[in-house]
Amino acid sequence: MVANLWIYRHFILNSVVNEIRGRFARSKLGGMWLVIHPLMQVAIYALILSKLLAAKLPGVESTYAYAVYLMAGMLGWTLFNELLNRGLNLFIENAGLIKKMNFPRVTLPAIATASSLVSGAMLLLAMLLLFPLLGFGFSLAMLWLIPLIAVVTAFGLALGLLLGVINVFLRDLGQATPVVLQVWFWFTPIVYPLDILPEAYRNVIRFNPMCSAVNGFQRVLVYGEPPEMISLIYPAAFVAVLMPIAVLAFRRADEEMADLL
Amino acid sequence: MKSLSVQNVGKAYRTYRSEWHRFARWAGLPVKPVDEHWVLRGIDFDVRPGEAVGLIGRNGAGKSTLLKMLTGTLRPTEGCVSVNGKVFAILELGMGFNPELTGRQNAAHALSVMEADPRAAAAAMEYVEDFAEIGEYFDRPLRVYSSGMQMRVAFSVVTAMRPEILIIDEALAVGDAYFQHKSFDRIREFRDQNTTLLIVSHDRSAVQTLCDRAIMLADGAVVRDGPPEEVFDYYNATLAENVAPEVTVTRHDDGRARTSSGTGEAKVSEIGLYNRRGEQVEAVGVGETIELRVRVRVYEAVESLVLGYGVRDRLGQVMYGTNTWHTNQVISSPSGGDEYEFSICFPANFGIGTYSIQTALVDRDTHLSANYDWQDLALVFRVENFDKTAFDGCLWNEPTIEVRSLAS
Repeated sequence: MVANLWIYRHFILNSVVNEIRGRFARSKLGGMWLVIHPLMQVAIYALILSKLLAAKLPGVESTYAYAVYLMAGMLGWTLFNELLNRGLNLFIENAGLIKKMNFPRVTLPAIATASSLVSGAMLLLAMLLLFPLLGFGFSLAMLWLIPLIAVVTAFGLALGLLLGVINVFLRDLGQATPVVLQVWFWFTPIVYPLDILPEAYRNVIRFNPMCSAVNGFQRVLVYGEPPEMISLIYPAAFVAVLMPIAVLAFRRADEEMADLL
Repeated sequence: MKSLSVQNVGKAYRTYRSEWHRFARWAGLPVKPVDEHWVLRGIDFDVRPGEAVGLIGRNGAGKSTLLKMLTGTLRPTEGCVSVNGKVFAILELGMGFNPELTGRQNAAHALSVMEADPRAAAAAMEYVEDFAEIGEYFDRPLRVYSSGMQMRVAFSVVTAMRPEILIIDEALAVGDAYFQHKSFDRIREFRDQNTTLLIVSHDRSAVQTLCDRAIMLADGAVVRDGPPEEVFDYYNATLAENVAPEVTVTRHDDGRARTSSGTGEAKVSEIGLYNRRGEQVEAVGVGETIELRVRVRVYEAVESLVLGYGVRDRLGQVMYGTNTWHTNQVISSPSGGDEYEFSICFPANFGIGTYSIQTALVDRDTHLSANYDWQDLALVFRVENFDKTAFDGCLWNEPTIEVRSLAS
């Protein structure tokens, strides 16, 4: 599987470039929408909820602290969300290619991951440009973003791949997942700080792996501190369980997939 | 040395009581599918390197499924397909192109799957642009292309580099005559360099000119495998609707297969070729007027009876053919026991070579609604040049040539 990724590296690179080109095709702002979309969401929440929630952010004395907090959480979530959605529709969207050309299918998740990372990087870049304007500086702690992004990517990929494989055979999943993601978003402390929840709920929400991952992004970007180790270890534990299942399902499905697409 | 070997291959589409059963099967649980639908079964054949094979059969016979298994996009359920070398294929008229991208980008994308070395891919790219000849359209998005232009790009991509095995599914019929000629030349070039060809086409002449072997599939099995002329005759004979007519194949003196079929309400009882003096002949001179005499016996009353005939060349291509429907000589309501003689006179304006006559007794202008009796190679004759100017080709088309010397 890994050897195939190397042999087909030009195909993967080409596909990622084509995909980005495809996004720019026939739209004036093209790839900018990838950045505008989450930032607009941040702006909306900041506008509506800042009065309500800003005071609740402990330890930072800035009027823009809440906006930065939102951005930090949104960065982690957007990456995860995109990977999951890409994974979910990966095989269905590429049905034409799968049926007509013989190539290792392992390249498909690789392409999806690479292009999600590219759009994540664009979002991060846009945010880093905004931060100084909002009075937030850079810190060495930002290097922690690398392992954080890695663990969120792996989690999104594992879950997305598993759902994507099942989605070929059970199309309901394609409809159900966006609904679940909506709920999941609100069960992750992105828009609100975890502390405003009553103790009992807080303990339930902590089971959510995205909760600890997003918390890591927030600590790094808002407070300039290293994340708690649990932010990396807990989601990584999920990856350790999900990834082998996803890979196994993907291998088994490989034979039957083309029959059903 | 085999280029391609298909051993006892079968493909089944499985349905489960619920998709959860399918997932359970992946996990290794012993779950049985509720239904297995076999589209192909017991397919067995080998192809030598450089051999060109035409695959024919009605829609749904399993041709495309077989090709997909050879290409590797589908896996056989049972049996084994082994392929020796690189396989390039155009399946179902396309290569999974993206309509938003330009022809160039799509071609580059497909080439990057086919060829790992970017420099070789870039060289192939130049070839694609030259061969497709679609001008500035090459840099426009694919969605503005006509289907012919898309086909040009797809064909150019798949033939940009010489593979060991080239698979072309139905693609030859698309495109204008000019491009068809070009593609045929390209395919021939590959064949001469020992590329194995597998072509699906309903176009008899395409298969006969390119292939030295044909395989006919019906109901998911190989029913005929042999010289294209013979396999096409058989295929043609099975085309009649409703009834499954009995098809018999007998060997002609020269080893060629003679296919006859039909439901038998009327039959050709005697057939012969005569010269102007009324002598039965086997060889005729170029341009000589000859008479084809066909005696027909009716065994059961039918609504209408039409005799059709065709003169075919060595490869089975029809040089000329017509029938009594077109000439308004339909026999209406013949009854059992009737006998008719048809006398068909025509000049043998053919090139030198051997020709065969095929006859058909049908009810109207085609043999698809009723086929009483169909005979391929009902009669074979030779055309020889006794008294005409020497010429080449399959048609005698005597010219008048004037040569004028011009003052220099």
